Parts: sequence; C-alpha cells; structure tokens
Amino acid sequence: MIRRFAERHPWWSAILGLAVLILLYLIFAIWPEWLVEAIGRKKIFLNALFNGITLGGLYFLVASGFTLIFGLMRNVNLAHGSLYLMGGYIGFFVADWTGLWLLAFPVAFLLVAMFGVILQLVVFRRMEGEDLRQTLVTIGISIVLADLMLWFFGGDFFNITPPGWLSGPMETGIITSQRVRSSGEVVTSTLTYPMVRIVIFLASVVIGIAMWLLLNRTRVGMLIRAGVDDRDMLSATGARIQLVFVGVFAFGAGLAGLAGVVGGTFQSIAPGEDIRFLLASLVVVIVGGMGSIPGAALGALIIGLAEQFGSVYFPTYAVVLTFLIMVLVLAFRPQGLLGRA
Amino acid sequence: MADVTVSPVDKARRNPEPYWIERIPGAYWVVGVLLLILPSFASNFFMFQIMGWTFILGIIASSLMFLAGYGGMVSLAQLTFAGVAGYMVAIFGTSAIDTISMGWPWFITIPLALIIAVLFATVIGWLAVRTEGIYTIMITLAIAAAFFYFTRQNYEIFNGFQGFNSVLPPQLFGVNWRGPEAFYYLTLFWAAAAYFAILYLSRAPFGLSLQGVRDNPRRMAALGFNVTAHRVAAYAFSGLIAGIGGILLAWQSAQISPGTISIAPAIDILVIAVVGGLRHPIGPFIGAFLYVLLKTFAVDVLIALGLSGDRFQLLIGLGFLAVVYFSPDGLLGLWQKLRESRQRDPLTGEARP
Repeated sequence: MIRRFAERHPWWSAILGLAVLILLYLIFAIWPEWLVEAIGRKKIFLNALFNGITLGGLYFLVASGFTLIFGLMRNVNLAHGSLYLMGGYIGFFVADWTGLWLLAFPVAFLLVAMFGVILQLVVFRRMEGEDLRQTLVTIGISIVLADLMLWFFGGDFFNITPPGWLSGPMETGIITSQRVRSSGEVVTSTLTYPMVRIVIFLASVVIGIAMWLLLNRTRVGMLIRAGVDDRDMLSATGARIQLVFVGVFAFGAGLAGLAGVVGGTFQSIAPGEDIRFLLASLVVVIVGGMGSIPGAALGALIIGLAEQFGSVYFPTYAVVLTFLIMVLVLAFRPQGLLGRA
Repeated sequence: MADVTVSPVDKARRNPEPYWIERIPGAYWVVGVLLLILPSFASNFFMFQIMGWTFILGIIASSLMFLAGYGGMVSLAQLTFAGVAGYMVAIFGTSAIDTISMGWPWFITIPLALIIAVLFATVIGWLAVRTEGIYTIMITLAIAAAFFYFTRQNYEIFNGFQGFNSVLPPQLFGVNWRGPEAFYYLTLFWAAAAYFAILYLSRAPFGLSLQGVRDNPRRMAALGFNVTAHRVAAYAFSGLIAGIGGILLAWQSAQISPGTISIAPAIDILVIAVVGGLRHPIGPFIGAFLYVLLKTFAVDVLIALGLSGDRFQLLIGLGFLAVVYFSPDGLLGLWQKLRESRQRDPLTGEARP
C-alpha cells in the first residue's frame, strides 16, 4: 500500500517522509539553543504533541461511531454528542458507587448502546431514507436530552477519578533538556507523562484496530461494508439488513458512551460538552472523509494535534485553527482526506 | 358542440379580468389591516418585545426558508450571516465601545454592513455547495461554531466576549426608531419586504430555476443551467435577508455579542423555520410568533403547572420533536392535511368534487 502510494504521488511521499524525519528529530534530539529560542522549550512542545495525540484518540472514539452510523445508514446523528455526555454521566455514577473504574466502561457502553437501539427502532426505522427529517429529529432529541441531563445532574463539573495504579506519572525516557552545571556535572531531565492518558490512548488504538479487523476480516464486517456500498442490493440478497442497522447503531452509540467515560477521566463532564464533542466529531469526519474508519483516525489525529499545538503556540485562535483546517480540506478535497469521491 | 365555443370577447365580458386589488386574497386584507392598526390597542411590551422580535426572527428564519424550501439547502449559518451584519453596524457605526466603533453615518454603515454580509454569505455558500444535502447542515453548523468562537476570542475587531453595547438605530426624521411604535412599524416594514421579496422571487425565473435545481440538479445542468451559480446566488440573497434581520436584531437588544450568535440560537432559527413550515414564506413568521410566545410565557406556564421555569428548553425541544415527527412540513403541512381531510367525503374517503 505504501509503495503504491509512493509510486502514485512521489512529491507527496517525499514531503511526508521529510515531515516524519523532522518530527523524529524534534522528539528525540536534544534541541540546540537557536531552536529553543525560535519555538520555545522542548518540554512544552512534547507535552503539546502528546496531549494532541491522546486527545486525538478520544476524538477518534467519538467520531468513529458517528462515521460508522453515517456510512451505513446515511443518518447524520446530531444527538451523538448527547450520547457521549450520557455515557460520561453513567460512567461517573457507576465509578462513584462501585469504586470500580473499569466497570464504568462496559456499563456505559451497554446502557448507551441500548438507548441507541431504542432510537433506531422507534425513530429512525420509521423515517428511513428521509435524511433531512432524521437529522431534524436528532436535533430535537439532542435539545431534549441536553435539558433532561441538566435537570438531573445540574450544571456542575463531574470528574471521574482513575484508580491509583493509573493515576501517577510515567517516565517516557525522552530527554527534554540537558544542561551542564558550573561544576561540570551534566543534568538530564526527561519527560514524565500521566499514565492514564497513555493507557487510554493505547486502548483507543486497540479499539480502532479491532474495529478495522471486524470490518475487513469477518462476515459481519462484510455485511456492513456491502451495506455501505449498496443497501438495496444487500437486502435483495436476503441479508437481514434491519438487524445489521440495529447492531451498527447500537455499536456506534455504545462507542460514544465509552468515549464519554474516557472524556470524563481525561477532562470533565459538564453541560455543553455534548455540543463540543458533536462539533469535534463533525469536523473530524469532514476532514477525514465521511464513513471511513481510517479517515476518522487520521482526522482525529490532525484535529487533536491542531487543537493542542494551537492552544500552546497561538492561544487566541486555537479553536479557529481546527475550523480553518476543515475549510481548507473542503475547498480542495470536498470528500475528505480518505473519503471516496 | 358548436355552441360551447365562446369568443374571447364574450369570455372577457362574462369573466372580466379582475383589478389587481381584487386579486389579493382575503386573508392578506385581514392580516394586513390587523397588523397596521395593532399599535392602537396593543401594549408597548407586546409591540416591541413580542411583535418586534417575531418579525426579526421571522426575517432571519425566512432567509433559511428560502434556501431550504426553494434551494433544498438546509443551512445553520443564517444567524451567522445576520450576526456579521449586526457586528458590522456596530463596528462601522456607533456603540459604547468607541475605541473600535468608527462612528460613520448610517447611510454608509448600513449598506456596507449588508454588502459585507452578502459577500460573507457568498463565500460560505461557495464552500457549502461543494457538498450535498445532509453534508451542508454539518458544514454550516461547523462554520457557525467557528464564527462564534472567533468573535469570542477576537478583541481587536469584535471586542471578544463582551461584544458591543448601545448599538442604536439612527435618529432619522427626528423619530426615535427604538420607540415601541416606531420599531414595530420598522420591523413590520422589513418583514413584509422580506416576505414579498421571497414570494416574488419564488415565481421569478431565478426562483423557478432554483426549484428546478433543487428537484433535479443533473437535469438542470444538462439543460444548460449553471447549478453551482444558482446555489451560490441563493446563498447571497439569503445573506441579504438575514443581514437585514441581523441589523434589526442588534438594534432591538441594543447590543451584539458572541452570545447572540452562538450555536443554540442558530439551531433555534432552524427550529423556527421547520416548525412554521418550509413550503411557504409565511411559515417562518408563524414559527417565530410561536417561538417568541413560548419563550416569553413558557416560564409562567411551567410555574403554573408546578414545574420549574428552567425547563423551557425542554418544552421547545419536545414541541419541535413532535412537529417534526408527525409532520415534516411543519405547521403549514398540518394545516394542509387538515384542509384536505375536511374536503374528503367522510364515508368513502375520496376527494369531494
């Protein structure tokens, strides 16, 4: 695949290769004085990089459910952010009552997936093929859900605390700076990073790979891919497409719920987060390409990095930067970076 | 059947072409007269707060109705276009923030604000029409969010979180245009202008070909119509209508800030237009009237029912959900259904002759 890409786009491959080399240099080398003067200390850069990548992992979890549902059912679920928020609240209360952080994930996944099944059966099945009406209904649902959650949980911030074995910092072994003291002794400081973020990021990578394998190597995945390509033809061959729809909707909704627990551990859960994550997943799938799981991963990485680097290097316009990326992608590649035309 | 043929002269005698004044439907007379004499019996609060706001929201929502109903493009950026015009009036005209406001006279400020709003809408439209149908909603939503965050972060031009206050209409002809009666007539005039402009345009060649583009873009392209140009032009026109609404909105609340154009009110504009109905330009005004009534009195109703007044948003959401769920064409669609069912024979279910 890489070779084919390199053959087709020699210039792009050269630029990408150069960018990777520069990035590796920036991560592992000890920065010379002029570089520190130009863009600040290496520790800040590395922190922004790691934060961006891990935030990208969170965005991927939210956006992959969104893009999966869209790809199969052509249904823009604008209540996706509400599902995220719902998962976060469920996760908080499960973790709070039982004291088991890990239990929060399956419970949030299952409960939100069940809610997704109800949505699919009660709402979307009745208006199949009516894109606009479905979208409008999901807007209505998100307004109602947002207010119900505000009613039950209030406007407070909720923070899910990870268990003790995850909460400490972790030595990454990457050198951030090296100073020579006047006594001739060399002081090396290395980067430490919150353990929980790294674990969660790895988990989201695992989920992403599992999803890719499920889609590309199993029978169910074959059904889903066939449904994405031609829904009517698939149902004509006798596949029980309604069952596939319910399953995919439940899975996508459950992923949003799962991401809510992750988000509650990373950051916090509060009213308004639903719109923030809805927008984030919109931008991610627009940049990456609608209905494409690798596209969602790429888009999530780009948007996560843009947000974090933006907030470090141009704090005033950090949020605008992500939208600027979206506009650029739209202007030059409307179907998204990895989307099919 | 020779006796059936009627000469044109006879036909004209029997069925004389009605005067233009006779062709205006009765409902227009009733509503028009009612709206014109309303200040003689309505309270100041009703004129300024209820009707003024209804007309303003109706104008902005009807720009969406034009795009969605005739162009098939559902845009969530209409309030953003309105916000651009409102901000421009505050920046070029006068406001309490005199370090930024330039204080130019109204006859430069207002046209300039509208031109900038139209240009902005054209650029956004050019971006949005690169995508189809459902994608347009997402892209315009993202653009609305971007503009909101931008105005909130930018202190040099948009004065950040605070925005501008004391954005007042000019004292033209010695009238205080923010007085209840004057403002009522001002908004009524522009609402009527927007309504008739959209109605006219929907029957003009441009509107007809736009509806053709909505129904079958490939066929229209094959017939030689420039599909993209029609769509972008529709955005530009909707930007003009929304811009007028935006200036009036800034004048009514005498301020404009990022809160005016944030995501929730942008979605409210869609709610208003859809609940009213996207089939006819009167829909958004009906939707806006209902919305304003709800927003003003829902708290009292909720408290009277023993619920907390904070649940207003829930009421709006449920109402919107019910309308969209049961009637995709909004209240106008419900009205149409009711009229059709009354014309049906109750026994056979067939349409009466």
